[in-house]
Amino acid sequence: MAYMHIGKDFVPPDVAGKVTGRIKYAEDYSREGMVYARLLTSPIPHARVVSIDASAALAMDGVFGILTADDVYPDGEPGGTGLKILTNEPTLVGEPILALAAVDEKTAESAIAAISVTFERLPFVLDPLDSLAEGGPDAYTGGNTFVFREGFASEKWSRDQVASFRAGAEPTAEPQQQFAYGDLEAAFAQSAFVYEGSFTTAGYPHMSMEPRSAMAYWENGKLYLHGTSQSLTGLAVDMAGIVGVPQEDFVFINEATGGGFGQRARAGSIPSMAIPAKLSQKINRPVMMRISREEEFTIGGARQGFQGWLKCGFKADGTMAALDIYIISDNGGKGGGGDAFAAADCISILYQTEAMRFRGTAIGSNTGHRGAQRGPGQNQIAPIIAPILDKAAAELGIDRLAIRLLNTPQNGDVGGPQRQPLTSAYMPEALQQGAALFNYQERITRSRQRNGSKVTGIGVGQGYHNAGRSGMDGIVRLMPDGRLAVHNGVGNLGTYSYASTSRAAAEVLQMPWERVDVITGRTDRNLPVTSPQDGSNSIFTNTRTNWGAAQDLLAKMKEIAAMDLGGAPADYTVGGERIYKISDSSTGMTFAQIAQRGLQLGGKFTGEAEVPEDLNDFTKLSVSRLAGSALMGIFHDSRHNNNPPGFTVTFTEIELDTETGKYDIVDMVTIGECGTVMHPQGLKNQLVGGAVWGIGLSGYERHLYDPQNGLPASTGYWQSKVPTILDTPAKIRTGWVDLPDPENPVGARGIGEPAMGAVSAALTAAISDALDGHLFNASPITADMILNHLAGVTSEAVPLAQNNFRG
Amino acid sequence: MVATSHDVMPDIELYQPTDEANALALAATLGADGWLLGGGQDTYGWLKDRNKTPAAMIELTQIDAWKGIKETADGIEIGAVTTLTEIANNPLVQSRFGLLATAAGRVASPQIRNVGTLGGNLAQDARCWYYRRGLDCYRAGGNICYADSPEGLNREHALFGASRCVAVSPSDTAPALVALDATMVVRSSGGQRLIPAQDFFVGPSRDIVNMTVLNDGEILTAVRIPNTWANAEFYFEKVADRNVWDFALVSIAAAIKVSGGVIQDARLACGAVECVPRRLEAVENALRGKQRSDQLADQVAVIATQGARPLNYNHFKVPLMQNLVKRAVRG
Repeated sequence: MAYMHIGKDFVPPDVAGKVTGRIKYAEDYSREGMVYARLLTSPIPHARVVSIDASAALAMDGVFGILTADDVYPDGEPGGTGLKILTNEPTLVGEPILALAAVDEKTAESAIAAISVTFERLPFVLDPLDSLAEGGPDAYTGGNTFVFREGFASEKWSRDQVASFRAGAEPTAEPQQQFAYGDLEAAFAQSAFVYEGSFTTAGYPHMSMEPRSAMAYWENGKLYLHGTSQSLTGLAVDMAGIVGVPQEDFVFINEATGGGFGQRARAGSIPSMAIPAKLSQKINRPVMMRISREEEFTIGGARQGFQGWLKCGFKADGTMAALDIYIISDNGGKGGGGDAFAAADCISILYQTEAMRFRGTAIGSNTGHRGAQRGPGQNQIAPIIAPILDKAAAELGIDRLAIRLLNTPQNGDVGGPQRQPLTSAYMPEALQQGAALFNYQERITRSRQRNGSKVTGIGVGQGYHNAGRSGMDGIVRLMPDGRLAVHNGVGNLGTYSYASTSRAAAEVLQMPWERVDVITGRTDRNLPVTSPQDGSNSIFTNTRTNWGAAQDLLAKMKEIAAMDLGGAPADYTVGGERIYKISDSSTGMTFAQIAQRGLQLGGKFTGEAEVPEDLNDFTKLSVSRLAGSALMGIFHDSRHNNNPPGFTVTFTEIELDTETGKYDIVDMVTIGECGTVMHPQGLKNQLVGGAVWGIGLSGYERHLYDPQNGLPASTGYWQSKVPTILDTPAKIRTGWVDLPDPENPVGARGIGEPAMGAVSAALTAAISDALDGHLFNASPITADMILNHLAGVTSEAVPLAQNNFRG
Repeated sequence: MVATSHDVMPDIELYQPTDEANALALAATLGADGWLLGGGQDTYGWLKDRNKTPAAMIELTQIDAWKGIKETADGIEIGAVTTLTEIANNPLVQSRFGLLATAAGRVASPQIRNVGTLGGNLAQDARCWYYRRGLDCYRAGGNICYADSPEGLNREHALFGASRCVAVSPSDTAPALVALDATMVVRSSGGQRLIPAQDFFVGPSRDIVNMTVLNDGEILTAVRIPNTWANAEFYFEKVADRNVWDFALVSIAAAIKVSGGVIQDARLACGAVECVPRRLEAVENALRGKQRSDQLADQVAVIATQGARPLNYNHFKVPLMQNLVKRAVRG
């Protein structure tokens, strides 16, 4: 289909500001009378605050006050797990205990040093398996896990059960969570090759470039909060609740965000932004709270690490017949996410496993809080499964691409525990496209070729994440001057999807892009409720809402045209910033004229009547504030059918140096399968950015805590080993299938998270290939692991661990 | 109680002498209270974390006499506050002592090399994370080593020379200068000391608090490299987790003189395996007079790691060190 905007590159409006440095992040704002907050955070992994003596600090010149958990939770801290604004019972080192405001940061730090906090030390644990073992410490008071609607519980296995699992055997304890489909026993019986083994994956921090700094002030009863987020309305609605201010009195300002990967999408994962809001309210001054790199590490969230066991059976033709998987996931110090379930769901979809059983248990540790991080679950498991698939291919005498083509999802397939249909799936096309671009048939002949100390490894990987939601709203306005305003609540975290999804509205009205204003950046610009910008959903979800709002606007325009110019609404179309009769293009009105006419008519045309009743509350508020200002299109997107997937495929060649354990990525091709492409440059950026993340997951990033004292050892970029530009290929070649999905008006689906998974999978597969098919069953695979393997060194390190060098 | 994140510079007196006499006088007067500041890449973390709290800093980078690279009668002299970028790019260093140019060019990242100085890279403190975190370890004046324990996170720590502390020398230029048989020029208000590079660094058995022999009031002002090893065959390799902005897991610097395929002489030093750059004298002795070959490389590689005592997580450093020695000998 020929589009005016869809599938075309464009320059998003904030690019110039980002390139020149003029765009403002939260820390760049100031306000007259602004003071500076610093945090006193817990130096102990698990403790109870017995007393706080801040008298000396409060007596210091330039100190304006402190804020404690007792201030923000006068009726007691919320029960359950989850990050709190401040706490008197920290469950990880670095958790904020109190904030102090002073004339400058230096004074604040000096004052904090003068505060005496008496802690009661409580038992701590860093490895969920240590907590699972009978008699092991629990991360939380009341248990080591939190059961929804039931409260804290202490999950224990016998020490023999834990030891047996650590040694690689199938866990025998009852899981917290499970699903199954198909006849697993029969499927294993039909299998010609069965692999069984244990695995670990590391949890690691988000390390967004911009820390979660925030500045707040109150004016005329309204709270103005400058913060950082992946979402505007998706976060602001709940943030108002956390601070305790009515939605109509809360203005969230966030023009740009320096990276967000799951822990800035929702208010619950970033409650620290309430600290300056509450402190400002208490001392009646604007408060800036800068968050340090280490603080960003400790409260910024981390991926859940896995310790798992799996058994995977393949038929003689290569079909993945059976998978039995058991995962212990690390819930960290503040509760975690559903990564283990998502990992199993991913395998089911990505490899179309015929019969499957998933068992999972999530246990806390006194380490960084866990939650969604780019492909939570899907991307941990991708690098574990890919080398196993290659092992099966080798054992069964099948080509590695062929075994993937055999098992890959395609149109009409279902997946997951509910056997839910996919909205569409063009993975065979993606695999073939990637193979052609990579020149797979020639490249695979280089597999395991040696050149001195170097050996070539070839890897193929696949990634998946659900990539679309519904239930959100859209607002567009045709202004009296004929310009189109698209109100967009999507955050600006660097993907530019706030702009690319707005182009769906421009497409409907055939409006030149330079005549479109994307209204975003702060919630008092009257934005609709959009989905939190996570789960790779923005493109799918918000093209639906913007398309729908524009269709509503178009319908109103046609109704007015028919009313004034004769005929039926269906007789009219748009083009060249005019609405005109299809049969007689001279009969029509300019967009400016019809917008002005709409204003004269008022009522439903301007949002003053017949507003959709099913709009979300905040959208209703925005519509009420905009009512009467322009000709409006308003839309609530009720639902979509089935599971819209985001898929990726990656092919890579590495050259591994057997003398150093290091490898160079010689070539990498990554293909997106995300329906119709909305914005090629944005998609390319997602694929390349995701590739860097995948390289980090499979090769570098770590989450270290010292078992002796619970202190974090990887708080900065250097120690957490985020990959650098010289660790990534000079060029990552990209492509996309670009076939439409039926559940989206322009055929688009999301891609953000799968962009990482396929790369992480291809990389571990390539490493395994270079080492004659050796399976590490771990991510990351670091140089020391490779060297130890090659040298036959048996490290004394435990085989399964979390928050340590292995896992 | 262990400090948590501060990330704010404290109040501190800053002295910015512009000539050597003033700098030496300040160093003498301030003694242990006078923190010597080069490019600041070792300094600011300590101070912002408030794990070191000196009363004053003496900034050395405004003393022109301590900058630059000049030819001397017997080699070259490099001012201690010369940036690593300048050393890496200097034609004289590149042409005659390429080993140092390569090593300097592998320090950290371009941004850090642009401000980081040779003196700072040589005199920088241990990077053991326990020590840097402000824990009360031996090196910090306490009575425990958290890294050398059954549970210690010691993947990056020492194979050799452990004596209560197992931190390693983090410098990339140090092994190169040991291999080049450089001399450190150390001045104080009391005069000048010339110290062989190999003796400039000290391990914990001799001094568990300091990484170098510099006393309070003394300043490393220059490094002299004799022509002894000029234009020898050089080999430098640093293996780190990341290819930029990282410290070595193991590094090697080698200068080898070969004639007719026979090794006439050799000097080799490894970084990140001991608290000091580890000179491989047994390897050198085994190489001298031998025909260069892969077999010889394999033989001496084993010698290089004799006496290594791996910790719980750093066994990999043994094969890595052996492999780097092999590569250096093979050339």
